[in-house]
Amino acid sequence: MAIRVGDSDSAPSFQKAALPLLDDAQLRKNLRHATDVIQSKRAAVVAEQADWQELRTAASSIKAHTLENLAHYLTQFEKNCSAAGGQVHWASDADEANRIVAGLIRQYRSNEVIKIKTITSEEIGLNNALEKEGIRAHETDLAEVIIQLGEDKSSHIVVPAIHKNRSQVREIFKEHMNVPDLTDQPEQLTAAARSYLREKFLRVQVGVCGANFLVADTGSICIVESEGNGRMCLTLPDALICISGIEKVIPAFRDLEVFLQLLPRSATGERMNPYNSLWTGVRPDDGPRHFHVLLLDNGRTKILADREARQTLHCIRCGACLNTCPVYRNTGGHAYGSPYSGPIGAIVTPQLLQMRSAQSLPYASSLCGACYEICPVKINIPEVLIHLRGEIVRQQTGFDIEAIAMKTAAAVFTSRRRFEAAQRIGRIGQRAFVSNGWVRNLPGMLGNWMRVRDLRALPQQTFREWWQQRAKARRDDRHV
Amino acid sequence: MRVSLFITCYNDTLFPATGKAVVRVLERLGHTVDFPLEQTCCGQMHYNTGYQREAMPLMRRFVEIFRDAEAVCIPSSSCVAMIRDHYQEMVSGENQAQADATLSSELADLLPRVYEFTELLVNRLGVDDVGAYFPHRVTYHASCHSLRSLHLGDLPLSLLRKVHGIDLVDLPNIDRCCGFGGTFAIKMADVSAAMLADKMKDVENTGAEVVTAVDTSCLMHIFGGLHRQRAGIRMAHIAEVLASTESDIQNGEWTWPSA
Repeated sequence: MAIRVGDSDSAPSFQKAALPLLDDAQLRKNLRHATDVIQSKRAAVVAEQADWQELRTAASSIKAHTLENLAHYLTQFEKNCSAAGGQVHWASDADEANRIVAGLIRQYRSNEVIKIKTITSEEIGLNNALEKEGIRAHETDLAEVIIQLGEDKSSHIVVPAIHKNRSQVREIFKEHMNVPDLTDQPEQLTAAARSYLREKFLRVQVGVCGANFLVADTGSICIVESEGNGRMCLTLPDALICISGIEKVIPAFRDLEVFLQLLPRSATGERMNPYNSLWTGVRPDDGPRHFHVLLLDNGRTKILADREARQTLHCIRCGACLNTCPVYRNTGGHAYGSPYSGPIGAIVTPQLLQMRSAQSLPYASSLCGACYEICPVKINIPEVLIHLRGEIVRQQTGFDIEAIAMKTAAAVFTSRRRFEAAQRIGRIGQRAFVSNGWVRNLPGMLGNWMRVRDLRALPQQTFREWWQQRAKARRDDRHV
Repeated sequence: MRVSLFITCYNDTLFPATGKAVVRVLERLGHTVDFPLEQTCCGQMHYNTGYQREAMPLMRRFVEIFRDAEAVCIPSSSCVAMIRDHYQEMVSGENQAQADATLSSELADLLPRVYEFTELLVNRLGVDDVGAYFPHRVTYHASCHSLRSLHLGDLPLSLLRKVHGIDLVDLPNIDRCCGFGGTFAIKMADVSAAMLADKMKDVENTGAEVVTAVDTSCLMHIFGGLHRQRAGIRMAHIAEVLASTESDIQNGEWTWPSA
C-alpha cells in the first residue's frame, strides 16, 4: 500500500532540477511563447465576462460546501451512478487504484487500453503499472501522444507538451509513426496523429478516462476536451473506466453552469470547450456496455483534514496559475518533479505525499500572488505555501544552519538594544567584504545573492542614528 | 496630523535615504513625524519562510509600539501586507492563550490606521501633488504586494504624474514579479536570477535612468542586478522622488541620490 504522486518521491529538489531547464534556450523560448499565447487568449475571454468575480466566488463556495460534506456527496454520487448502471470502486492509494484498473482490464480480456488525458492516472503511475501487467496503454490526447512516443514527461497540467515546439514534435512523429516526409505544418502533424490514433480507437475495447467533474445528483461524469479523442474513447470501447480524485465531485448538475464558464476560459482561453461530454451509466445499444468509476483518495483526505490547506482541493486543474507564474514560466513543469507542476503543483504534491518528501516545492515561489489572483476557484496559493513552509520548519530536527540564523535574527529583532548592536556589528563586520562602497562577496547562503546581484555596503549611518542626531541637534538649537 | 513612522528594519539599516525622504515629504506637507525607537521588524521574513512562531513576538511588539498612533506610515507595501494579511490570523491562531483577546482588539483597532506611504498621502491626507521636482526619466515598478495585497493599482503613479520635470515611462509587464521574494532570492537563487533578467530587460527597454517603486526591497534586487551589469540605471524609493523639489535643488538642501 503506497501513496504515490508520479515519481516525485525520488525527484531531485526544485533548485537542482531547475538548473538544466534554465539553461535550455529552446525550452525557455517555447514556454515564453506558449504561456503568452494562452495568457492573452484567457485575458480576452475573461474580460468579456462581466460577472467573472461573482463566478469565482460561486465556484469557491460550491467547492467549500462540497468539501464540508464530502462523504455525503460521494455516497450520493455512488448511489446515482450505480442506479444508472455504473459501478463505483474506492481506492485508498495509488497501488490499490492500479490493481483495480488492471483487474478490470483483464476481466474484459484486453491487453490494451486507450486513454483520454488524465493527470490522475499520471499521479498513480497507471501506465507503468499496467505495463508490468502486460497491458499496453495508448494515450490519445495529442500532447500525451507526443509525450508517450517521445518517452518524455508531461510538463503542464493542461498542455502536457508545452515544452515542445512543432519541429520537435515533427521529429518524434517521424520516428514513431513511420511518416518520413512529414513537415512541421500543424495540419500535417495532426493528420499523422489522426491516422495513428484512428486505428486504435477502432480496435481497442477498453477505455480509461479521468473526470473534470463528478455530478452527485445525477451520478454523471463530465469530461471537457478540445480534440474529440475523448468523445472517441467514451463512445467506442466496450468498457469504460473512469479514475477520479474524490475532490472532483460537485453537488448538482446545475453547478456545472458555474464551472463550465470558468474552466475553459481559464484553461485554454476558450468560451466553451469544443467537446463537453456527460456520461451517466450505461445505455442499451449505445456507448460502452460496462462503466466503472474509481474514486481515489491517495492522500486527499489528509489534505481535507487540514483546515488551512483544505482549499487546495478546490482545484479544477485549469492550469491558469502555471501560465501566469513567473517561476513556472522560466523553469517549465519538469522542475517540479511531479505530474502536478506550477504553483498548484507546489502545494498539491507535498501535501499528497503528507509532507514527507517534495519539501523544496513550497519554496519554489516568490509569493508574488499572481496564482491567487488568476485562480478561478480562489485558492489562496501563497497562503497555503506559507502554511506548508511552517509545516516543514516544524518538522526540522537536528542542526540546521538556516534555522539557527532565523532564530538568531528573531532574537535580535525582539530587542532594540540587540537590533542596534547588530546594525553596528554589521557595519564593522562587512569591512572584509566591501570595496568601493559595494559588497563583493558574502559567506554561506548569502553568497547566493552575490552570484548575479551587487549589494550596496551598509551606510555609515542608519536611519535611526540620523533621526536621533537630528533630534539632538534640534534640542541643542532650542537651548542655545 | 501626527504620523508615526514604521521605517522597516531593512530601510533603517540599509536604505536610510528612504526614511529621510518620507520624513521630508510629510514635514513639508505640514505634518509631525514621530519615530518610536523601540521598533525593529514586522516579522515578514520569518513568517513567510515558515518561522511563524518566531514572528509572533515581532507582531506583539509592533502592536504595543503603535497602538496609540494616530496614523502609522510604512514605506514598504510588503511589510504593510504582512501586517494586514497575517497579523489578525496570527493573533487568533488556535493555540493562542485567552489573554490575547486584548491584543486582538488592539490590533483590530490599529489596522485601519496603518498606511503604506503613498496610501497615506492619497487616501488619508488627500494629496496628489506634493510639490516635487525630479527632472529625470523614471519608470515605476509595481511591487507584487502593492498590486495584489494592497490593491494600490496606479495610485503611486498618480503621485508621480504630478511631479514637475519628470519624464515618466511605463514599464512593460508591470504586473510581473521581479524575482526577489525575500528568502526566495537566496533559496532559489538561479530561478530568481532568471526572473530578474526578465525584469531588467523590461526596465532597460524603457530607457529610464531611474527605477522607482514603493518597496526598497524589490529595488535592492532590481538595482543589484542592474549595477552588476553596469547598466547605468539608478534606484530611488518613490519617497525620494517625491522629496525632491526645485528650490531644494537650487539651495543644495536636498540632493539626489541622497546619502
